[in-house]
Amino acid sequence: MNKLIYNEMLKLVKSKRLLVVTIIIGIMITMFTYAQHREMENVKKRIGDTDWRVTLQQSIVDMQNRIGSSGISEEFRSQLKVRIDQSQYYLDNNINPQEPGAPTFLRVFLDNSIQLLLPLMVMIISADMVSSEKSLGTIKLLLTRPVRRWKILLSKYITLLLSVSFILFIFGLFSYLISGLFFGYAGWTAPILTGFTVQAGELNTANVHLIPQWQYILMIFGLGWFVSVVVGTLSFMFSVLIKSTAAGMGAMLAFLISGSIISSIASSWEAAKYFFMVNLRLTDYLQGNIPPIEGMSLPFSLIVLSIWGVAGIIISFLVFTKKDVY
Amino acid sequence: MSDITLSVQHLTKRIGKRDIIKNISFELKSGEVFGFLGPNGAGKTTTIRMLVGLIKPTSGQIFICGYDVKKDFSKAMERLGCIVENPELYPYLTGWENLQYFARMLTNTDDKRITEVVELIGLTDRIHDKVKTYSLGMRQRLGIGQALLSRPKVLILDEPTNGLDPSGIREMRQFIRFLAKEEGLSVLVSSHLLSEIQLLCDRVSIILDGKIIHTESVHTLLTQNEKLIWRFTPVEKGLEILKKLAPSVTVREDVVITPYIEEEVSQWSRLLIEANVDIKEMNRQIPSLEHLFLELTGGDSVGE
Repeated sequence: MNKLIYNEMLKLVKSKRLLVVTIIIGIMITMFTYAQHREMENVKKRIGDTDWRVTLQQSIVDMQNRIGSSGISEEFRSQLKVRIDQSQYYLDNNINPQEPGAPTFLRVFLDNSIQLLLPLMVMIISADMVSSEKSLGTIKLLLTRPVRRWKILLSKYITLLLSVSFILFIFGLFSYLISGLFFGYAGWTAPILTGFTVQAGELNTANVHLIPQWQYILMIFGLGWFVSVVVGTLSFMFSVLIKSTAAGMGAMLAFLISGSIISSIASSWEAAKYFFMVNLRLTDYLQGNIPPIEGMSLPFSLIVLSIWGVAGIIISFLVFTKKDVY
Repeated sequence: MSDITLSVQHLTKRIGKRDIIKNISFELKSGEVFGFLGPNGAGKTTTIRMLVGLIKPTSGQIFICGYDVKKDFSKAMERLGCIVENPELYPYLTGWENLQYFARMLTNTDDKRITEVVELIGLTDRIHDKVKTYSLGMRQRLGIGQALLSRPKVLILDEPTNGLDPSGIREMRQFIRFLAKEEGLSVLVSSHLLSEIQLLCDRVSIILDGKIIHTESVHTLLTQNEKLIWRFTPVEKGLEILKKLAPSVTVREDVVITPYIEEEVSQWSRLLIEANVDIKEMNRQIPSLEHLFLELTGGDSVGE
C-alpha cells in the first residue's frame, strides 16, 4: 500500500500539479496581502487615526445608516443588526477583532477562502486523479497489475487526503510568511471572541467567550480541512464517473458557485440547506454570522457534509471496482 | 497438460441484449505464439480486455497458469504481461521511472530486473529520457518492457505492430519470436492482417462477429487455402490442360487461378511446357483475409 501511495505522490509531483497549486496559492496570497495593505493605508488616510476603536465605531455608524435606508431587504437588515451587536460587543469589551499582524490576516483570509478558493485548489488535484488516467490510457496498465482495484483507488484517495493536508499547510505557511512582511508576525495570542449564537435573528451572547487567536486559527484550519476533504471527495467521485477532467471540474465548479448564489437568495427555500454547497462556510458559525437558511448550525452542516462525503466515497468505490474499462 | 498457460472456457460477454462475444474457448501452450485474427469490430479487443481483467465476462472462465482471473486476480495477473492497444505510459516520467513505477506494484521486482529488461528491449541509452520524447517504436518497446517486468508466463499484445514502420515491424516480430522460443513465453497476438499472423504465429484463431469460427495451425490454414496464379499463352490450350489436372480452375481477366498444391505444381507446369504453352508467370499467393472468411463461413458476407 505504501508503495502505491508513493506512486500516486510521484505522479502528482512529476506532473507538476502540486507545484502549480503552490504557485497559485503564493500569487493569491501576495495579491490579497497587498490589497489588505492598501485598504489599511486608505482607512488611515480617511479617518486620520489608527485607533481601531475609531475605525470600528465608524463601521458601526456606517452599518446603522444602511439599516436606515429604505431599499434594503429584511434579511440583510437582520444580518446587519447582528453584525452591529457583535461589533458593539467587541467595543464594549475592548477587544480588537482585527488586531493587525500575520495571524489575523491568516484568520481572515481562511475565513473568506473556505467557500471557493480553498475548494478550488483541492479540485485542481482531485478532479483529474482518476480521469487523467483514463484520458492518458494508463488506466489500462494500472488495472492490469496484480493489485485489486479497490486498493488502487484507496491509494489514490489517501493521496488526496495527504494533498489536502499539504495544501492547507502551504496555505497557512504562505499567508503567515508573506503577510508578515507587511503587517508583522505578532498576534498569535490576541483574544478572539467566539461562541456567538443566532436565535431568530437576534444575537445571543450568553455563551460568548474569549480564546487566544492561535486556538481560533487551529479551529478554522480543522474546519477548512474538513470542507476541503468533502469537496475533494466529491470531485474525486466525478473524476471516477466522468472521463473528461474538464467536465468533472466544470460540474463541481458550477455546484460551488451555485452554493454561494443559493445562500444569498434562497433563504426561504428550506430544503436547500441539505445541499453540500450551501454548507461550506463552516467558519461563519464561529463568528456568529446569520446562517443563510433557517435551521442551519455547525453540527447540522458537519453532518450534511459528512453524509455527502461518505456517499461520494461509496459511489466512487462501487463504480471503480465494477466498471468495465473500454 | 501442465504446459497450458492460458485457458479460456466458454467466454461470453453480453452488453444490453446483444452478445458481443459468444462462447469463446481456446488454449495457449508455453513457447507458442498464438494469433487472434479478425476484422475490426469482430471482438478481438473485447476478448483481450476480458483476459486481462479490464472487462468482466458475463459468463465463462479464464485461467492463467491455473489461476482463475476472477477469483485469484492478483496471482493470475502476476503471471501475465500485456499491452492493450497502444502502450500508454506516463509521458512526464522517464522510461526508467515508468518501469520503477510498475515494478512497485509487483512483488520481487528490483532494480536489477529493471536493468535486465531495459537491456532486453534495447533502450539502455535512452531510458533516462522523458517518455514524451520517445518515438512510437520506443514506446512500444518500453510497453513490452513493462509487460515483461514480472517475468510473466503469458504475454498478451493487442495489435503490437500498429503504427510501426516496416523496420520497426520486423524488429518487433523478431523480438516476439525470440521471447517465445528462448524464454518459453506464450504470446497472444491480435491482428487484422493475415500477413502479420502468417509471419509471426504458430497457431491462429479466426474470430468473426464475436465467435471463433476456426482454429488451426497457421501452416495448415495457409497451405490449404493457398492459390497459384498463372499467366500463360495461349490461354485456351493451357486452360484445357489445367482443367484436367487441378481440382478447380477459375479464370479472372488475363490470369488463371488454381489451388497451390506443393507436390503437384511442378508436374503441372512441366505438362504445360511440354504442350508448348509459354508460362509467363506462376505466382503463389496466400489467401486474403477476406477470402479466408468467405471460405470458412461458407460464402457468407463479412459482416460490418
